[in-house]
Amino acid sequence: MPWDEGLVNSLVYDRPDPGEGRVVSYGQAINEALALALDHDPTVFVFGQGVDDPSAMFGTTRGLQQKFGRERVFDSPLSEEGMMGVSAGAAMNGMRPVFMHNRPDFILLAMNQLVTHAAKFHYMDNGQTTVPMVVWAAIGRGWGSGAQHSQAIQGMLLGVPGLKIVMPSTPYDAKGLLLSAILDNNPVCFFEHRWLMRKDGVVPEGFYRVPIGKGIRRREGGDVSIVGASHAIELGLQAAKILADEGIEADVIDLRTIKPMDEALILESLERTGRLVVVDTAWMKGGVCAEVGCLAAEKGFAFLNAPVARVGLPDIPTPAGYTLEQFYYPDAARIAAVARKLVKS
Amino acid sequence: MIRYRYKGEGVRGFDRFAAGETPAAMVALYRSMLRIRRIEEEIERRYHQDFMKTPIHLVIGQEATSVGACAAMRRSDLLYSSHRTHGSYLAKGGDLNAMLSEMHCRANGCAGSRGGSMHIIDKAAGMAGTSAIVGGAVPIAVGAALAAQRLRQDHVVMVFIGDATCEEGVASESLNFAALHRVPVVFFCENNFYSVQSPLTTRQPARVLHQWAATYDMPSVEVDGTNVLAVQAAARVAVDRARTGGGPSFIEAPVYRFRAHGGSGDDSKSGYRDVAEREAWEPFCPVKMFEEYLTGKSVLSRAAIDTMESEIAAEIAESFEHALSSADPVEADLYRHVYAD
Repeated sequence: MPWDEGLVNSLVYDRPDPGEGRVVSYGQAINEALALALDHDPTVFVFGQGVDDPSAMFGTTRGLQQKFGRERVFDSPLSEEGMMGVSAGAAMNGMRPVFMHNRPDFILLAMNQLVTHAAKFHYMDNGQTTVPMVVWAAIGRGWGSGAQHSQAIQGMLLGVPGLKIVMPSTPYDAKGLLLSAILDNNPVCFFEHRWLMRKDGVVPEGFYRVPIGKGIRRREGGDVSIVGASHAIELGLQAAKILADEGIEADVIDLRTIKPMDEALILESLERTGRLVVVDTAWMKGGVCAEVGCLAAEKGFAFLNAPVARVGLPDIPTPAGYTLEQFYYPDAARIAAVARKLVKS
Repeated sequence: MIRYRYKGEGVRGFDRFAAGETPAAMVALYRSMLRIRRIEEEIERRYHQDFMKTPIHLVIGQEATSVGACAAMRRSDLLYSSHRTHGSYLAKGGDLNAMLSEMHCRANGCAGSRGGSMHIIDKAAGMAGTSAIVGGAVPIAVGAALAAQRLRQDHVVMVFIGDATCEEGVASESLNFAALHRVPVVFFCENNFYSVQSPLTTRQPARVLHQWAATYDMPSVEVDGTNVLAVQAAARVAVDRARTGGGPSFIEAPVYRFRAHGGSGDDSKSGYRDVAEREAWEPFCPVKMFEEYLTGKSVLSRAAIDTMESEIAAEIAESFEHALSSADPVEADLYRHVYAD
């Protein structure tokens, strides 16, 4: 069993109602999306360190090599920058690579090819080339992941023109957004969260797409907006329940895509509530929290009845030890406390 | 102090490779080199006028590598290159008008004024991509070759690199992957001994670059980079190997950069290399040597050279006029192609 498997398996999520449809796990939903894409389009290939090993990238790539062959699903050398460039080059020449990483930390070795090459070519050559590639990684958290195995790097990439960044929070979105990302003609960073991999949800069989760039209201409320994506908005929804017991109704906005960002939905929610808590799985400085906060100041200032609040990671590297992790990572209670303070101020 | 000396055979070196070459084909190679030389000289002559607001990296002295390597490729083959793009683009069959418009920041440049001199990208000519980051184009070329292999296409990919590229980690990563998957790519290394102003000796131990490449389980050869016929012959072997499923190859071609790393003129006087070193290489100018060889063999006459010179001069004058009279981009152009549809 991988070292943090026990932790992830112990997480408790609300069970979906099987009466609403077929229930599968988040990891299984990704596996289905990859299988569908490989089946529908011969130019799609899936590669990365360990995609064909027994743990199969949290199960997301299980069985794919057996079904589609070693030419289309293959392990890669430990050459992050080189492989990112290979992805870009293949994408620029008729293929649709899905380059998978166990952790976003490994993508930092490949920033030159991702930021300076893959994200630039379509613009730099005046539209002659497209770079349809997906860079997939699952953010780690807890059980000693520490400073080098838990980094959520979406904030660093938010300011890079030409990239799209997707961060689904439900199995339904994970499948539909991954299919959209693979079909998109741009480099798309697809950041999962390790703690969502065992979450179950209602997921239709077969092909469907969730549009990139569109957020969704997960819960309606008039007192405070909680805005974020991925595991952070899962915590935001849990916080909304705590608040509801106290008579505070949160409007929960799941961004689903953080670049391009659904600004209209955020502003519409803010107009309704007048209060904003931005949540993210990454550092508060310079990332999703900062960008959404700035949007509120720039375009939603008239709606604000309280200062914008951010709930993400402090400007501190991630500690490895269990006790320090508890101080470091926000949970639903902390999000609820911040929202409560805004409403009562 | 002369650090790097020419070690080839000079004009004597052509004979070995001339067998089987038609006079017309050899004259075409010469004309292509002469044309690149004259274009580069005219760019250099006009650079101070500041109409070309773009960082140039002249290829003067390195014409034989561009022309010889590209002569072994089909138009449908793909070429990737570094920041030193002019020679490879023109040799690959690029459009001079499109190149000069790009360098003059005009809307009708081959990259719509988004690229400039370092990104002379034009898929119509198979100039598929360039990188201004040393080594940046190398894994991309390997990815392009992977696509050609997986899509069962019959084109091959070549990437021009320099001696300094071999210091980048991504070069090792790319050679490793190319050899592992036997993709149809040719790594063509122009070893001109200097990275900007840093000599090879301060950057690498006393190793031989093509021997380093050979450790990646691929054929690797050294060829005189001033000898266009030798370059063409080596490139043909590598290109044919790639096209017939034989996988990647590496070619090292020692050659001398007669000008500064960037901009116009030679900067040897600043002290990073001895002026005497450049002077020692001047007799081995790839254009002059081949001219001497072809005229000596009566394949090329003085009159024919004069005709070429006047044709080329007229073409260059027309192309500059075309660029200077072309329209600038408008503000709306800035916002195009941020994302692909």
